[in-house]
Amino acid sequence: MKHLLSTADLTRDDAILILDTANQLAQATSQGVGKLPPLRGRTVVNLFYEDSTRTRISFEAAAKRLSADVINFAAKGSSVSKGESLKDTALTLEAMGADAIVLRHGSSGAANTLANSGWISGSVVNAGDGTHEHPTQALLDAYTLRRHLREGAGDLAGATVTIVGDILHSRVARSNVHLLKTLGANVRLVAPPTLLPFGVDTWDADVSYDLEDALVGADAVMMLRIQQERMNAAYFPTIHEYSQRYGLNQVRVNLMNQGSIVMHPGPMNRGVEITSEVADSPQSVIVEQVTNGVSVRMAVLYLMLGGNEATV
Amino acid sequence: MTHTQGRVVLDSADISRALTRLAHEIIERTQGAQNVTLMGIPTRGVALANRLAQRISEIQGSPVEVGAIDVTMYRDDLRMQPARALLPTVLPDAGIEGRLVILVDDVLYSGRTIRAALDALSEHGRPQAVQLAVLVDRGHRELPIRADYVGKNLPTAKTESVQVQLSEHDEIDQIVIRQAS
Repeated sequence: MKHLLSTADLTRDDAILILDTANQLAQATSQGVGKLPPLRGRTVVNLFYEDSTRTRISFEAAAKRLSADVINFAAKGSSVSKGESLKDTALTLEAMGADAIVLRHGSSGAANTLANSGWISGSVVNAGDGTHEHPTQALLDAYTLRRHLREGAGDLAGATVTIVGDILHSRVARSNVHLLKTLGANVRLVAPPTLLPFGVDTWDADVSYDLEDALVGADAVMMLRIQQERMNAAYFPTIHEYSQRYGLNQVRVNLMNQGSIVMHPGPMNRGVEITSEVADSPQSVIVEQVTNGVSVRMAVLYLMLGGNEATV
Repeated sequence: MTHTQGRVVLDSADISRALTRLAHEIIERTQGAQNVTLMGIPTRGVALANRLAQRISEIQGSPVEVGAIDVTMYRDDLRMQPARALLPTVLPDAGIEGRLVILVDDVLYSGRTIRAALDALSEHGRPQAVQLAVLVDRGHRELPIRADYVGKNLPTAKTESVQVQLSEHDEIDQIVIRQAS
Protein backbone atom coordinates (compact mmCIF):
# COMPACT_ATOMS: atom_id res chain seq x y z
CA MET A 1 0.00 0.00 0.00
CA LYS A 2 1.40 3.34 -0.99
CA HIS A 3 -0.79 5.49 1.24
CA LEU A 4 -2.10 5.18 4.79
CA LEU A 5 -5.65 6.50 4.60
CA SER A 6 -7.70 4.17 6.78
CA THR A 7 -7.03 1.37 9.23
CA ALA A 8 -9.67 -0.62 7.33
CA ASP A 9 -7.05 -1.06 4.56
CA LEU A 10 -4.60 -2.83 6.89
CA THR A 11 -4.48 -6.61 7.09
CA ARG A 12 -3.54 -8.27 10.37
CA ASP A 13 -0.03 -8.93 9.00
CA ASP A 14 0.37 -5.29 7.89
CA ALA A 15 -0.69 -4.04 11.31
CA ILE A 16 1.62 -6.41 13.16
CA LEU A 17 4.55 -5.48 10.87
CA ILE A 18 3.97 -1.79 11.72
CA LEU A 19 3.77 -2.53 15.46
CA ASP A 20 6.87 -4.77 15.38
CA THR A 21 8.80 -2.16 13.42
CA ALA A 22 7.72 0.49 15.94
CA ASN A 23 9.02 -1.79 18.68
CA GLN A 24 12.49 -2.01 17.13
CA LEU A 25 12.58 1.74 16.49
CA ALA A 26 11.54 2.46 20.07
CA GLN A 27 14.33 0.22 21.24
CA ALA A 28 16.89 2.08 19.10
CA THR A 29 15.70 5.33 20.68
CA SER A 30 15.96 3.87 24.18
CA GLN A 31 19.50 2.71 23.35
CA GLY A 32 20.43 6.31 22.78
CA VAL A 33 20.46 6.38 18.97
CA GLY A 34 19.03 9.87 18.42
CA LYS A 35 19.03 9.73 14.66
CA LEU A 36 18.62 6.84 12.23
CA PRO A 37 19.61 7.07 8.56
CA PRO A 38 16.96 5.38 6.39
CA LEU A 39 15.08 8.46 5.10
CA ARG A 40 18.10 10.59 4.31
CA GLY A 41 17.28 12.71 1.26
CA ARG A 42 13.52 12.14 1.54
CA THR A 43 11.19 15.08 2.10
CA VAL A 44 8.13 14.81 4.33
CA VAL A 45 5.59 17.66 4.30
CA ASN A 46 3.26 18.14 7.24
CA LEU A 47 0.22 19.76 5.64
CA PHE A 48 -2.10 20.79 8.46
CA TYR A 49 -5.40 22.51 7.76
CA GLU A 50 -6.58 22.05 11.36
CA ASP A 51 -4.97 22.98 14.63
CA SER A 52 -2.96 20.20 16.13
CA THR A 53 -0.06 20.21 18.51
CA ARG A 54 0.77 16.65 19.36
CA THR A 55 0.10 15.00 16.01
CA ARG A 56 2.14 17.50 14.05
CA ILE A 57 5.03 17.54 16.51
CA SER A 58 4.91 13.77 16.68
CA PHE A 59 5.14 13.38 12.88
CA GLU A 60 7.88 16.00 12.76
CA ALA A 61 9.93 14.24 15.44
CA ALA A 62 9.37 10.87 13.75
CA ALA A 63 10.50 12.09 10.32
CA LYS A 64 13.52 13.91 11.74
CA ARG A 65 14.67 10.90 13.76
CA LEU A 66 14.73 8.97 10.48
CA SER A 67 16.84 11.75 8.88
CA ALA A 68 14.11 13.01 6.52
CA ASP A 69 13.83 16.68 5.64
CA VAL A 70 10.64 18.09 7.12
CA ILE A 71 8.56 20.97 5.81
CA ASN A 72 5.76 22.16 8.09
CA PHE A 73 2.88 23.77 6.30
CA ALA A 74 0.14 25.21 8.47
CA ALA A 75 -2.86 26.55 6.57
CA LYS A 76 -3.10 29.55 8.88
CA GLY A 77 -0.78 32.25 7.64
CA SER A 78 -0.25 30.55 4.29
CA SER A 79 -1.71 31.04 0.82
CA VAL A 80 -4.62 28.89 1.97
CA SER A 81 -5.90 31.88 3.93
CA LYS A 82 -5.76 33.71 0.59
CA GLY A 83 -8.10 31.10 -0.86
CA GLU A 84 -5.70 28.60 -2.40
CA SER A 85 -7.34 25.22 -3.00
CA LEU A 86 -6.06 21.87 -1.75
CA LYS A 87 -5.27 21.05 -5.37
CA ASP A 88 -3.03 24.06 -5.93
CA THR A 89 -1.29 23.60 -2.60
CA ALA A 90 -0.69 19.95 -3.48
CA LEU A 91 0.69 20.84 -6.91
CA THR A 92 3.05 23.33 -5.29
CA LEU A 93 4.29 20.74 -2.81
CA GLU A 94 4.70 18.22 -5.62
CA ALA A 95 6.79 20.74 -7.57
CA MET A 96 9.00 21.10 -4.50
CA GLY A 97 9.63 17.35 -4.45
CA ALA A 98 7.63 16.05 -1.50
CA ASP A 99 8.06 12.27 -1.06
CA ALA A 100 5.23 12.09 1.47
CA ILE A 101 2.47 14.42 2.57
CA VAL A 102 1.09 14.06 6.06
CA LEU A 103 -2.38 15.60 5.80
CA ARG A 104 -4.66 16.85 8.56
CA HIS A 105 -7.88 18.29 7.16
CA GLY A 106 -11.29 19.23 8.47
CA SER A 107 -13.16 17.46 5.67
CA SER A 108 -13.76 13.73 5.79
CA GLY A 109 -12.19 12.10 2.77
CA ALA A 110 -9.60 14.84 2.14
CA ALA A 111 -6.67 12.43 2.40
CA ASN A 112 -8.39 10.04 0.03
CA THR A 113 -8.95 12.84 -2.47
CA LEU A 114 -5.33 13.91 -2.29
CA ALA A 115 -4.03 10.34 -2.68
CA ASN A 116 -6.21 9.49 -5.68
CA SER A 117 -6.22 12.86 -7.40
CA GLY A 118 -3.12 12.41 -9.55
CA TRP A 119 -1.91 15.80 -8.22
CA ILE A 120 1.03 14.24 -6.45
CA SER A 121 3.33 11.27 -7.00
CA GLY A 122 4.34 10.80 -3.34
CA SER A 123 2.67 8.96 -0.48
CA VAL A 124 -0.17 10.34 1.63
CA VAL A 125 -0.50 9.70 5.34
CA ASN A 126 -3.88 10.59 6.78
CA ALA A 127 -3.25 12.47 10.02
CA GLY A 128 -6.97 12.99 10.62
CA ASP A 129 -9.69 13.87 8.11
CA GLY A 130 -12.84 15.43 9.55
CA THR A 131 -14.84 12.87 11.52
CA HIS A 132 -13.61 10.01 9.34
CA GLU A 133 -10.28 8.43 10.32
CA HIS A 134 -7.02 8.97 12.18
CA PRO A 135 -5.08 5.77 11.45
CA THR A 136 -1.78 6.55 13.20
CA GLN A 137 -3.67 7.32 16.43
CA ALA A 138 -5.28 3.88 16.27
CA LEU A 139 -1.90 2.29 15.57
CA LEU A 140 -0.30 3.98 18.56
CA ASP A 141 -3.25 2.93 20.72
CA ALA A 142 -2.86 -0.66 19.53
CA TYR A 143 0.87 -0.47 20.22
CA THR A 144 0.20 0.79 23.74
CA LEU A 145 -2.43 -1.90 24.36
CA ARG A 146 -0.13 -4.63 23.07
CA ARG A 147 2.72 -3.43 25.29
CA HIS A 148 0.60 -3.58 28.42
CA LEU A 149 -1.71 -6.49 27.70
CA ARG A 150 0.36 -8.77 25.44
CA GLU A 151 3.98 -8.01 26.40
CA GLY A 152 4.61 -6.18 23.15
CA ALA A 153 4.16 -9.07 20.72
CA GLY A 154 1.54 -10.62 18.47
CA ASP A 155 -2.04 -9.37 18.22
CA LEU A 156 -4.78 -8.40 20.72
CA ALA A 157 -6.92 -11.53 20.42
CA GLY A 158 -9.38 -11.78 23.29
CA ALA A 159 -8.71 -8.35 24.79
CA THR A 160 -11.75 -6.20 25.55
CA VAL A 161 -11.48 -2.45 24.90
CA THR A 162 -14.19 0.03 25.88
CA ILE A 163 -14.31 3.31 23.95
CA VAL A 164 -16.28 6.05 25.68
CA GLY A 165 -17.60 9.43 24.64
CA ASP A 166 -18.14 11.40 21.50
CA ILE A 167 -18.19 8.48 19.04
CA LEU A 168 -20.21 10.58 16.58
CA HIS A 169 -17.44 13.09 15.86
CA SER A 170 -14.52 10.83 16.63
CA ARG A 171 -12.17 9.77 13.87
CA VAL A 172 -10.10 8.12 16.59
CA ALA A 173 -13.00 5.79 17.43
CA ARG A 174 -13.60 4.86 13.80
CA SER A 175 -9.96 4.02 13.15
CA ASN A 176 -9.73 2.12 16.40
CA VAL A 177 -12.80 -0.03 15.77
CA HIS A 178 -11.37 -1.24 12.43
CA LEU A 179 -7.90 -1.89 13.74
CA LEU A 180 -8.89 -3.47 17.04
CA LYS A 181 -11.19 -5.90 15.23
CA THR A 182 -8.40 -6.72 12.72
CA LEU A 183 -6.14 -7.51 15.69
CA GLY A 184 -8.77 -9.73 17.30
CA ALA A 185 -9.94 -7.52 20.19
CA ASN A 186 -13.54 -7.06 21.32
CA VAL A 187 -14.73 -3.47 21.14
CA ARG A 188 -17.45 -1.84 23.25
CA LEU A 189 -18.69 1.64 22.42
CA VAL A 190 -20.33 3.76 25.10
CA ALA A 191 -22.03 7.11 24.56
CA PRO A 192 -25.33 8.88 25.00
CA PRO A 193 -27.60 8.10 22.00
CA THR A 194 -27.08 11.61 20.63
CA LEU A 195 -23.32 11.05 20.34
CA LEU A 196 -23.54 7.77 18.44
CA PRO A 197 -23.32 7.93 14.65
CA PHE A 198 -26.16 6.83 12.40
CA GLY A 199 -25.66 3.19 11.47
CA VAL A 200 -23.47 2.38 14.49
CA ASP A 201 -25.41 -0.89 14.83
CA THR A 202 -23.68 -2.09 11.66
CA TRP A 203 -20.21 -1.53 13.18
CA ASP A 204 -18.33 -4.53 14.45
CA ALA A 205 -18.72 -3.50 18.10
CA ASP A 206 -21.08 -3.78 21.06
CA VAL A 207 -22.91 -0.53 21.75
CA SER A 208 -24.10 0.53 25.18
CA TYR A 209 -25.50 3.65 26.85
CA ASP A 210 -24.29 2.55 30.28
CA LEU A 211 -20.65 3.19 31.12
CA GLU A 212 -20.48 1.04 34.25
CA ASP A 213 -21.92 -2.04 32.50
CA ALA A 214 -19.37 -1.63 29.72
CA LEU A 215 -16.41 -1.37 32.09
CA VAL A 216 -17.01 -4.68 33.84
CA GLY A 217 -14.60 -7.19 32.30
CA ALA A 218 -12.75 -4.62 30.18
CA ASP A 219 -8.96 -4.70 29.83
CA ALA A 220 -8.68 -1.10 28.72
CA VAL A 221 -10.81 2.01 28.47
CA MET A 222 -10.28 4.72 25.90
CA MET A 223 -11.82 8.06 26.84
CA LEU A 224 -12.60 10.42 23.97
CA ARG A 225 -12.54 14.17 24.22
CA ILE A 226 -15.80 16.07 24.15
CA GLN A 227 -15.19 18.05 20.99
CA GLN A 228 -16.76 21.38 21.75
CA GLU A 229 -15.49 22.83 18.45
CA ARG A 230 -17.61 20.31 16.51
CA MET A 231 -20.71 20.71 18.66
CA ASN A 232 -23.12 22.80 16.64
CA ALA A 233 -26.20 21.41 18.36
CA ALA A 234 -27.09 20.40 21.91
CA TYR A 235 -26.04 16.77 22.23
CA PHE A 236 -26.49 16.60 25.99
CA PRO A 237 -28.19 18.86 28.55
CA THR A 238 -25.11 20.07 30.44
CA ILE A 239 -21.41 19.28 30.74
CA HIS A 240 -22.08 18.41 34.37
CA GLU A 241 -24.71 15.83 33.49
CA TYR A 242 -22.46 14.30 30.82
CA SER A 243 -19.64 14.09 33.32
CA GLN A 244 -21.89 12.41 35.89
CA ARG A 245 -23.01 9.69 33.50
CA TYR A 246 -20.04 9.25 31.15
CA GLY A 247 -17.03 10.67 33.00
CA LEU A 248 -14.35 8.27 34.21
CA ASN A 249 -13.58 8.32 37.92
CA GLN A 250 -11.62 5.94 40.14
CA VAL A 251 -14.73 4.06 41.31
CA ARG A 252 -15.56 3.23 37.70
CA VAL A 253 -11.96 2.33 36.87
CA ASN A 254 -12.09 -0.24 39.66
CA LEU A 255 -14.84 -2.11 37.77
CA MET A 256 -12.36 -3.14 35.10
CA ASN A 257 -10.15 -6.22 35.04
CA GLN A 258 -6.95 -6.54 37.07
CA GLY A 259 -4.05 -4.93 35.18
CA SER A 260 -6.30 -2.85 32.96
CA ILE A 261 -5.20 0.51 31.56
CA VAL A 262 -6.75 3.94 31.01
CA MET A 263 -6.13 5.72 27.69
CA HIS A 264 -6.96 9.09 26.17
CA PRO A 265 -5.83 10.42 22.78
CA GLY A 266 -5.56 13.95 24.18
CA PRO A 267 -6.03 16.76 24.64
CA MET A 268 -7.98 15.98 27.82
CA ASN A 269 -10.82 17.95 29.34
CA ARG A 270 -9.98 17.22 32.97
CA GLY A 271 -13.10 17.14 35.09
CA VAL A 272 -15.34 16.47 32.05
CA GLU A 273 -14.64 13.06 30.53
CA ILE A 274 -11.94 12.09 33.03
CA THR A 275 -11.07 13.11 36.58
CA SER A 276 -7.56 14.32 37.37
CA GLU A 277 -7.23 11.52 39.89
CA VAL A 278 -7.67 8.91 37.13
CA ALA A 279 -5.63 10.80 34.53
CA ASP A 280 -2.65 10.93 36.88
CA SER A 281 -3.05 7.43 38.35
CA PRO A 282 -0.58 4.58 37.73
CA GLN A 283 -3.14 2.85 35.50
CA SER A 284 -3.16 5.84 33.15
CA VAL A 285 -0.90 5.42 30.11
CA ILE A 286 -1.86 8.76 28.57
CA VAL A 287 1.64 10.24 28.62
CA GLU A 288 3.14 6.99 27.31
CA GLN A 289 0.73 7.14 24.36
CA VAL A 290 2.49 10.31 23.20
CA THR A 291 5.91 8.62 23.34
CA ASN A 292 4.56 5.58 21.51
CA GLY A 293 3.07 7.88 18.87
CA VAL A 294 6.52 8.93 17.73
CA SER A 295 7.71 5.31 17.41
CA VAL A 296 4.59 4.24 15.50
CA ARG A 297 4.83 7.19 13.10
CA MET A 298 8.50 6.39 12.54
CA ALA A 299 7.47 2.85 11.64
CA VAL A 300 4.83 4.06 9.18
CA LEU A 301 7.22 6.50 7.49
CA TYR A 302 10.01 3.91 7.36
CA LEU A 303 7.81 1.24 5.80
CA MET A 304 6.39 3.71 3.27
CA LEU A 305 9.53 5.61 2.30
CA GLY A 306 12.49 3.45 3.40
CA GLY A 307 12.58 1.20 0.34
CA ASN A 308 11.95 1.63 -3.35
CA GLU A 309 8.26 1.02 -2.83
CA ALA A 310 6.01 0.94 0.23
CA THR A 311 6.01 -2.29 2.23
CA VAL A 312 2.57 -2.02 3.81
CA MET B 1 14.96 -17.53 -8.76
CA THR B 2 14.69 -21.29 -8.37
CA HIS B 3 17.42 -23.45 -6.93
CA THR B 4 18.60 -26.93 -7.75
CA GLN B 5 18.74 -29.58 -5.05
CA GLY B 6 22.02 -28.36 -3.59
CA ARG B 7 25.15 -29.90 -2.19
CA VAL B 8 25.93 -30.14 1.53
CA VAL B 9 29.46 -28.83 2.00
CA LEU B 10 29.58 -28.77 5.81
CA ASP B 11 27.53 -31.00 8.08
CA SER B 12 26.71 -30.61 11.75
CA ALA B 13 30.02 -32.06 13.00
CA ASP B 14 32.02 -29.87 10.59
CA ILE B 15 30.22 -26.75 11.83
CA SER B 16 30.79 -27.72 15.44
CA ARG B 17 34.53 -28.27 14.86
CA ALA B 18 34.84 -25.00 12.94
CA LEU B 19 33.17 -23.07 15.78
CA THR B 20 35.41 -24.71 18.39
CA ARG B 21 38.48 -23.75 16.37
CA LEU B 22 37.16 -20.18 15.96
CA ALA B 23 36.65 -19.95 19.72
CA HIS B 24 40.26 -21.01 20.33
CA GLU B 25 41.56 -18.58 17.73
CA ILE B 26 39.61 -15.71 19.30
CA ILE B 27 40.99 -16.54 22.76
CA GLU B 28 44.53 -16.76 21.39
CA ARG B 29 44.40 -13.55 19.35
CA THR B 30 42.75 -11.53 22.14
CA GLN B 31 44.83 -12.86 25.06
CA GLY B 32 41.98 -14.61 26.79
CA ALA B 33 39.00 -12.69 25.40
CA GLN B 34 38.73 -10.58 28.60
CA ASN B 35 37.67 -7.35 26.87
CA VAL B 36 35.76 -9.06 24.04
CA THR B 37 32.13 -8.34 23.12
CA LEU B 38 30.66 -10.59 20.42
CA MET B 39 28.03 -8.82 18.29
CA GLY B 40 26.04 -11.11 16.02
CA ILE B 41 24.40 -9.81 12.84
CA PRO B 42 20.78 -11.05 12.64
CA THR B 43 19.51 -13.53 11.93
CA ARG B 44 22.02 -16.37 11.90
CA GLY B 45 25.01 -14.32 13.02
CA VAL B 46 23.28 -13.93 16.40
CA ALA B 47 22.93 -17.70 16.82
CA LEU B 48 26.60 -18.13 15.90
CA ALA B 49 27.69 -15.38 18.32
CA ASN B 50 25.80 -17.12 21.12
CA ARG B 51 27.43 -20.46 20.30
CA LEU B 52 30.89 -18.89 20.16
CA ALA B 53 30.29 -17.08 23.46
CA GLN B 54 29.32 -20.35 25.09
CA ARG B 55 32.42 -22.14 23.77
CA ILE B 56 34.76 -19.33 24.81
CA SER B 57 33.30 -19.16 28.31
CA GLU B 58 33.56 -22.94 28.69
CA ILE B 59 37.23 -22.85 27.70
CA GLN B 60 38.06 -19.74 29.74
CA GLY B 61 35.76 -20.37 32.68
CA SER B 62 34.40 -16.83 32.58
CA PRO B 63 31.41 -15.42 30.68
CA VAL B 64 31.78 -13.42 27.45
CA GLU B 65 29.64 -10.41 26.57
CA VAL B 66 27.36 -11.06 23.61
CA GLY B 67 24.81 -8.96 21.75
CA ALA B 68 23.16 -8.36 18.38
CA ILE B 69 23.41 -5.49 15.91
CA ASP B 70 20.78 -5.00 13.20
CA VAL B 71 22.18 -3.39 10.06
CA THR B 72 18.98 -3.03 8.00
CA MET B 73 18.69 0.76 8.12
CA TYR B 74 22.39 1.20 7.31
CA ARG B 75 22.43 -0.93 4.14
CA ASP B 76 23.48 0.73 0.88
CA ASP B 77 20.84 -1.21 -1.07
CA LEU B 78 17.94 -0.08 1.17
CA ARG B 79 16.34 1.87 -1.69
CA MET B 80 16.69 -1.01 -4.17
CA GLN B 81 13.82 -3.04 -2.72
CA PRO B 82 10.77 -2.54 -0.50
CA ALA B 83 11.56 -1.49 3.08
CA ARG B 84 12.56 -4.53 5.07
CA ALA B 85 11.43 -5.59 8.51
CA LEU B 86 13.78 -4.48 11.27
CA LEU B 87 15.47 -7.01 13.52
CA PRO B 88 16.46 -6.60 17.16
CA THR B 89 19.61 -4.81 18.29
CA VAL B 90 20.69 -6.02 21.72
CA LEU B 91 23.46 -4.22 23.55
CA PRO B 92 25.22 -5.93 26.46
CA ASP B 93 24.96 -4.03 29.75
CA ALA B 94 28.58 -2.87 29.47
CA GLY B 95 27.88 -1.36 26.03
CA ILE B 96 30.58 -1.37 23.37
CA GLU B 97 32.56 1.72 24.38
CA GLY B 98 36.24 0.77 24.69
CA ARG B 99 35.53 -2.93 24.11
CA LEU B 100 37.09 -5.23 21.54
CA VAL B 101 34.00 -5.89 19.44
CA ILE B 102 33.98 -8.97 17.24
CA LEU B 103 31.23 -8.89 14.61
CA VAL B 104 29.87 -12.36 13.87
CA ASP B 105 28.06 -13.34 10.68
CA ASP B 106 27.30 -16.54 8.83
CA VAL B 107 28.54 -15.77 5.31
CA LEU B 108 31.03 -13.13 4.14
CA TYR B 109 30.36 -12.27 0.48
CA SER B 110 30.36 -8.72 -0.94
CA GLY B 111 31.32 -7.15 2.41
CA ARG B 112 28.42 -4.70 2.20
CA THR B 113 26.66 -6.09 5.27
CA ILE B 114 29.84 -5.64 7.31
CA ARG B 115 30.24 -2.06 6.09
CA ALA B 116 26.67 -1.39 7.24
CA ALA B 117 27.43 -3.08 10.57
CA LEU B 118 30.42 -0.77 11.15
CA ASP B 119 28.15 2.24 10.64
CA ALA B 120 25.44 0.80 12.91
CA LEU B 121 28.03 0.03 15.58
CA SER B 122 29.40 3.56 15.60
CA GLU B 123 25.96 4.86 16.71
CA HIS B 124 26.39 2.97 19.98
CA GLY B 125 29.90 4.03 20.93
CA ARG B 126 33.57 3.85 20.05
CA PRO B 127 34.99 0.37 20.46
CA GLN B 128 38.71 -0.07 21.17
CA ALA B 129 38.83 -2.17 17.97
CA VAL B 130 36.46 -4.09 15.71
CA GLN B 131 37.21 -7.54 14.32
CA LEU B 132 35.18 -9.89 12.15
CA ALA B 133 34.43 -13.60 12.55
CA VAL B 134 32.47 -15.52 9.89
CA LEU B 135 31.52 -19.13 9.51
CA VAL B 136 31.98 -19.06 5.73
CA ASP B 137 34.02 -16.80 3.46
CA ARG B 138 32.80 -17.34 -0.08
CA GLY B 139 34.87 -14.63 -1.79
CA HIS B 140 33.71 -12.02 -4.34
CA ARG B 141 34.36 -8.96 -2.16
CA GLU B 142 33.10 -5.61 -3.43
CA LEU B 143 34.61 -3.55 -0.62
CA PRO B 144 38.02 -3.53 1.11
CA ILE B 145 36.89 -5.76 4.00
CA ARG B 146 38.37 -9.04 5.25
CA ALA B 147 37.59 -11.40 8.09
CA ASP B 148 39.90 -11.92 11.09
CA TYR B 149 38.49 -15.36 11.87
CA VAL B 150 37.14 -17.70 9.19
CA GLY B 151 35.44 -21.03 9.87
CA LYS B 152 35.69 -22.25 6.29
CA ASN B 153 36.94 -20.71 3.05
CA LEU B 154 34.48 -21.80 0.40
CA PRO B 155 35.38 -20.86 -3.18
CA THR B 156 32.12 -20.26 -5.03
CA ALA B 157 30.85 -19.00 -8.34
CA LYS B 158 28.72 -15.85 -8.27
CA THR B 159 25.91 -17.88 -9.79
CA GLU B 160 25.83 -20.12 -6.72
CA SER B 161 24.10 -19.42 -3.41
CA VAL B 162 25.46 -20.43 -0.01
CA GLN B 163 22.92 -21.16 2.68
CA VAL B 164 23.87 -21.65 6.31
CA GLN B 165 21.23 -23.59 8.25
CA LEU B 166 21.39 -23.61 12.04
CA SER B 167 19.22 -25.58 14.44
CA GLU B 168 18.13 -22.35 16.20
CA HIS B 169 16.27 -21.33 13.03
CA ASP B 170 16.25 -24.34 10.71
CA GLU B 171 15.75 -27.99 11.42
CA ILE B 172 19.38 -28.91 11.09
CA ASP B 173 22.99 -27.67 11.22
CA GLN B 174 24.44 -27.68 7.70
CA ILE B 175 25.80 -25.52 4.92
CA VAL B 176 24.41 -26.02 1.42
CA ILE B 177 25.64 -24.70 -1.93
CA ARG B 178 23.06 -24.39 -4.65
CA GLN B 179 23.31 -23.46 -8.29
CA ALA B 180 20.91 -20.62 -9.00
CA SER B 181 19.07 -21.41 -12.24
